[in-house]
Formats: sequence, structure tokens, C-alpha cells
Amino acid sequence: MGLLDISNVTKSYGAVEVLHSVDISVDEGEFLVLVGPSGCGKSTLLSMIAGLEGITSGEISIKGRTMNGVHPSKRNIAMVFQSYALYPNMTVGQNITFGLEMHGTPKPEREDAMNRVAEMLQIDNLLSRKPGQLSGGQRQRVAMGRALVRDPDVFLFDEPLSNLDAKLRVDMRTEIKKLHQSLGTTIVYVTHDQIEAMTLSTRIAVMNKGYVQQLGTPKEIYDTPSNVFVATFMGSPAMNVFPSRIVVKDGAPHAAVTGHDGVEQLLRFPQANLAAWDGREILLGIRPETITDPEGADRNAAHIASLRNHIGVTEPAGSDTFVTMTLGGRDAIARMRADVTVRAGEIFDFAVNMDKAVAFDPKTEERIQP
Amino acid sequence: MSGAVDTGVAIRTNRVTRTFIYLFLLLFALFYLLPLAVMLINSVKPLSEITGGNMMALPNVWTFEPWREAWSSAQIGVQPTGLRPYFINSILIVVPAVAISTIMGALNGYVLTKWRFRGDTILFGMLLFSCFIPFQIVLIPMARVLGMIGLAGSVPGLILVHVVYGLGFTTLYFRNYYSAFPTELVRAAQIDGAGFFRIFYRILLPLSGPIIVVTIIWQFTNIWNDFLFGSSFAGQASQPMTVALNNLVQSSTGVKAYNVHFAGAILAALPTLIVYIVSGRFFVRGLMAGSVKG
Repeated sequence: MGLLDISNVTKSYGAVEVLHSVDISVDEGEFLVLVGPSGCGKSTLLSMIAGLEGITSGEISIKGRTMNGVHPSKRNIAMVFQSYALYPNMTVGQNITFGLEMHGTPKPEREDAMNRVAEMLQIDNLLSRKPGQLSGGQRQRVAMGRALVRDPDVFLFDEPLSNLDAKLRVDMRTEIKKLHQSLGTTIVYVTHDQIEAMTLSTRIAVMNKGYVQQLGTPKEIYDTPSNVFVATFMGSPAMNVFPSRIVVKDGAPHAAVTGHDGVEQLLRFPQANLAAWDGREILLGIRPETITDPEGADRNAAHIASLRNHIGVTEPAGSDTFVTMTLGGRDAIARMRADVTVRAGEIFDFAVNMDKAVAFDPKTEERIQP
Repeated sequence: MSGAVDTGVAIRTNRVTRTFIYLFLLLFALFYLLPLAVMLINSVKPLSEITGGNMMALPNVWTFEPWREAWSSAQIGVQPTGLRPYFINSILIVVPAVAISTIMGALNGYVLTKWRFRGDTILFGMLLFSCFIPFQIVLIPMARVLGMIGLAGSVPGLILVHVVYGLGFTTLYFRNYYSAFPTELVRAAQIDGAGFFRIFYRILLPLSGPIIVVTIIWQFTNIWNDFLFGSSFAGQASQPMTVALNNLVQSSTGVKAYNVHFAGAILAALPTLIVYIVSGRFFVRGLMAGSVKG
């Protein structure tokens, strides 16, 4: 039993089921990020936790108390909206204390709470302004202040950073993380940005088409994606996934990979149970940063395989150099050191860290578990 | 270099066009002001000067007697009461009717955009329909209804009629205005613990200034100027200004006192004129606000 329990929850609009039996349990102090492409049901799920949308079947409970049919204001939650949803006719101070006022908190207490939160978010000099006079970052802070002042059990964030410019977004991201660390609050956060998901969360639920595809820590999601969707959705650039074949040689499974010239090269695959797939097709998933030049390879890796391939395009990005090549008939990207000497059109010996490679069943697109 | 020459030409052309524009506007302004001027001039003349000659000439003898007469002693119907009691009737009808229809329109708009329910668009469509019904069609059914509920020939009866037939427009105005209003605000307020009415008067109403002005002007003008319902449903004691003005002008006994008629007509038009002058600029602004989105 966690602080927030979502058990077997579905949501239908008429005959169309948009969320299929979602099961998530969030412990106190956790930062859960719901991530997925638009239309995956993440915002619907958040609205259901908030009580703004009804629950078709299943149960949502907070602190062991079932929330089905409970009014949003009685769930002891607070929500930060994408548009911030600040009341334009009220000052910042009134915005922050409106919820307390509605809950009948006496005025002196409201003022104390407001000052405490304003100081924490450094908006104490803005309290008498109207939201229309604030910048995007300031509005964002006020919206967070309005949530914080209530001291709720669960904070809900609905894509709170997507209206900010790129630089401010990174700053606010750090700030949200700091806030979470210092206050130890429980947060459910919706975003379509996988970097936000990776950096902020203690756990991620990757969603697609109304299903939770995988629920786990950022590292689990990144290193051991449970299917092709998760593998390609998380990470930038996306994981290279291409057709390959398992060949058992010297008693160990190898992935047969075709390069630019259509010739198969065998890469030793450390996952022993793949021997059972001898001769069968798989989808091989390799992260761009695990394909490097031999000197740049991870020294702690147990299985570095060599791969000779033709360099298609090089894209120096300052911090890294991206190299495009053909693997298994598809475009693949390698992320290499910035100062690596590679030239387009060359034949190059890449080092592939096979410890980090994952194999998927081409029929189900599910990961072949070790 | 050619750029500099062009600029000079552009400015010159601009000046010429502007002169034309202002001349044109002046001409039209004069044209539209002419009837009002004629009414004003003739309402301060003795009757003999009007019947004796020039309608356009300024009065030789200035007198406010026609105004006094129109207001308090002219023969209307059978009583020499002037327009005063009817003016008061009109106020008694217009103020509650405008207030009630505006408040109900705002509530309707709020529900139709922020508390949507199955069939709300159909309901709205039906409300809109009342904007397009020619009022002559509803005279007889309405008379029956007023008779059945015992409000026939009374001020409350006329208020009811005007509220019912004003609702279509007031709902339309508020619905369009509120549909451009972010729903997230309502959701945030719900989470903050505000209920249906609290959200309405703490968040939506304070932001509805322009559309309230538009609705009030629209309703005030329409109801004040209404003649059809007033002449059909009013009793002797509840006739509005427009009906009384008609009775004043149409009375067939004696000499036609044009100066009194002019003064009466201006008195009848005065409240709407004042409303327009005071809040006309909000009218345009509010109409635009509603039409941009939704």
C-alpha cells in the first residue's frame, strides 16, 4: 500500500476505452513521472487522480482512503496546470490564498502561509501584482506557490514547463527537483518530454495508447526497456533498433548484424538464454552512446564487440559527434566523443558495448528477458 | 534616392485622402444630426412659429413650455397626465427586465461552456432560435400564458415577456464570451474548493465587464424601444413610454401640437442616448471580445 494507489483503473468515453487497467502505487516522497506521446492517456490519468474526470472502473485511493466520487477539493491534492490557470482578476497574493480562503482558513493563518511560500519561491516582491504583469517564469512560480500553500498529500503537475522557453525550462526543472528534495513531497508529474522524465523522476511510467508500457526507475527504463516502444521513446537520439539474427558460435550466442555492404558480422551477445533463439530473427537494440571508436569504449564493459562499417554522415554537435551509418538495412546513429577523427565516406572500426544491447522479439516487440 | 521621393509622394497623397475622409465624415455626421437638430429646434418654439412657416429656422421666441407640457400635462389617452407616468412605467419595466435577463444569460453562458452536459448544444441551439422568431408569431400564445398565470396587463407581465425573449441574445453573448475563457481556471478553482456559484462570482463575473456592458446596452435599447409587446400586453396603468408617445402623437382631437410631439419624442429617446454616450465605447470592445474566439 503506497500513499497513492491506482488499482485496475480504466477510463472509457462511451464505448471507447482510453485507459486500460492501470496499476500504479506511489510511495510517500516519490516523484512519479507519467510520460508518453500525446493521446497516450497520461493527462486523463492525472485528471482522474485530481477528480476532474470520473473513474470508469477500478479504484484510486490516497492514504488508504478511496477517492472514487470524492470532490477534487476534498482529496487534499494540489495541481499545477500547463497554462498555470492563475485567476487574472486577483493579485498574486490572492491567487495563492484563494484555496485556503475557500477552505475557511482564518485570515492571519492565510497571510502566514502566503508569506512562507512566497519567501520559499522568491516571489515575495510580486504579491500585490496581477498575473498579467508577470513573466512566464514568475507565473510558473506563482502557480507552484498556489499548490504548495495548501500543504497537500499529493502534488499533480500537468506539463508545467511546456509553455516556457528552452533555457527557463531547464532552470525551472532544476528548481522543481530542488523543491522535491527539500520538502520530500509526493509528486505525480505529466510530461511528453522524456528528458524531463529522466531527470526529475524517482520512477517513470511510460504510457502509450492507454497502456502503461513500463513502470520503473529511470535507469531501469533506460537500460532495460521492456519493449521497442519504450526503447525508442526514451533517450535522445533514440535507441537504434534494427533486424538481426541469433547465431550460436563456440557455444555462445552472437548477433549477426549486416553493415553497409550486406555482409554479416557476428557480435558476441552476453545474454546466455539467447542461445535458444539460434537461427531466429530478433530486433537488436543498441543505444547510440554504446557505439564508439575503440579508444572511447567503456573500460568497465565486459563485452566490447568490433564492428566494421561505412560512415554515412558526421554531425559534430560540440559536446559529441553523431555518426550516421546503416545497420540491418536501417539508419543507425552512433554518439561519439567530440574530438574523434572520423570522416564521412570512410570505413571505420566501431566498438559496440554489447553489455548494454537488448534483444526484442520481432513478433511481439517485447524484450526477450534474460 | 527614389525611396526618398516616394516617401514625399506618399505623405502628400495621405494628406489629400485625409482631407477627403474628414469632409466625407463631416457631411455624414451633419446628415445624421439633421433630424435631431430639427426636433430640438422645434421643441423650443411656440406652435405658431411652426405652423406659420419654416421648420428649419431658429425660434424667435424661446420657450420650454412644450417640454413641460409633454412631460406633465399633455393629453394622453383620456387623462391630461403628460408622459411622466409612462416614463416611470418604462423604467419599472426596463430595469428589472435588463437585470434579470443579463444575470440569467450570464448563468446560462457559464453552464453551457463550463458545466457541459449531454445535449447542451441542442439546448443552446433552441435558445438561439428565440433570436430569430418574429415576435408577432408569439403574441397570441404569450397573451394566453400571461392570462393563465394572472400577469396580463401588468408591469410584472411585461417584465416576464422581455426576459423570456431577451434570454436568447444574452445567452448567446455570454456563451461566446465564456467559451474563450480557459476551462483550466474553472478546474483550478474546483481544486481550490470553490463551488458552482463561488466560481461564477469570484472568477468569471469580475472578468465579464465588457460583455456585461454589451448585454446591458443591447437589452436596455431593445426593451426601452419596444412597442409591440407594450401595446399588446400592457394595461392602462402599465403602458410604457413608446405606447404613450404614440398615443400623444396619434391623438385625433384638437390641433396637432408639433412642438410638444417633438419634445415628447426626445424625452422618449433620451435614456437610450445617454446609455450609448456613457458606455458606447465598451459596446464595440465587448462585441469584438466575444467574436474573436468561440
